[in-house]
Amino acid sequence: MSVKIITVGEDILTANEEKARANQNRLDKHGILTINIMSSPGAGKTSLLLGTISRMKDKCRIAVIEGDVASSVDAEKINEQGVAVVQINTAGGCHLDANMVESALNNLSLENTDLLFIENVGNLICPNAFLLGEHKRVMISSMPEGDDKPLKYPAMFADTDVVLLNKIDLKPHLDFNVDGFKKSVIGLNPDVIIFSISCKTGEGLEAWLSWLESAIKDRKDR
Amino acid sequence: MHEYSITESMLSMALEKANEANASKITRINLIVGELSGVVSECVQFYFDFISKDTIASGASLSFETTPTKLRCRNCDAVFSPVNSDWSCPDCREVGTEIVSGRECYMESIEVE
Repeated sequence: MSVKIITVGEDILTANEEKARANQNRLDKHGILTINIMSSPGAGKTSLLLGTISRMKDKCRIAVIEGDVASSVDAEKINEQGVAVVQINTAGGCHLDANMVESALNNLSLENTDLLFIENVGNLICPNAFLLGEHKRVMISSMPEGDDKPLKYPAMFADTDVVLLNKIDLKPHLDFNVDGFKKSVIGLNPDVIIFSISCKTGEGLEAWLSWLESAIKDRKDR
Repeated sequence: MHEYSITESMLSMALEKANEANASKITRINLIVGELSGVVSECVQFYFDFISKDTIASGASLSFETTPTKLRCRNCDAVFSPVNSDWSCPDCREVGTEIVSGRECYMESIEVE
């Protein structure tokens, strides 16, 4: 039998991207600002969510999709704050994809939500390659990880709208070059907004919260 | 681990294209994978051999063409490939680049019978 070559020329992740667009359309119908939060394990995703929720929950209706490799430890902490939370266990998978988020959306009351956080799996290698339907991407990089992370994981830093430099309360104990870090991040991503924060002390959170409030307003006004 | 989901998407794309062409067997899948895509070809091959069993793609060979990372300096427009994760421009030494290529992960073609 003769061999035939079929030209394809399609991105492997096309199917995921189509599903992500469908998720986004669904969220847009309800005017929900959706934020994909990415970082390495332990950088402070859950702490950021807890700190943000406690300061914002009287101003808007928040829901959380909690991605985790296993366990529901984070989801339980969020749940204690009294906001809607859906847990996705990826069973070892290293990122969330649009399909998982679609199922999670089916379990949320979208008409009663203004702001949706999706906490991605802690990983700096690949979550950025999988669109979920989010409007904004927020990446947390924490000081103990070192100031060289943008150079080691450039694609993650190039693909985000906001970088939160967390755990700045630890600065006196670390050799972290803040200017060098910011220069590397801006080099990869000139439009990025960087906030220095400490989820532990609350330092710097005001600026992050006002960015968030104006992003919610922009979404509602559309 | 993300290679598993990439391999699943890749296999289903190949099967769909082969089906559209009424092919009875896929013998080869030609893939273009950028250095920055984070996709490890050995992993894709490993998962592929496993999940393509019982499909017309079983036994197909996978060909990976790796495309290097290419960056454009935002200051002087020079296009270069970074060495040792140094993303500063080798010409003007400025830090500030745009990724021109290296993130691709796509299927160029399939060969079928």
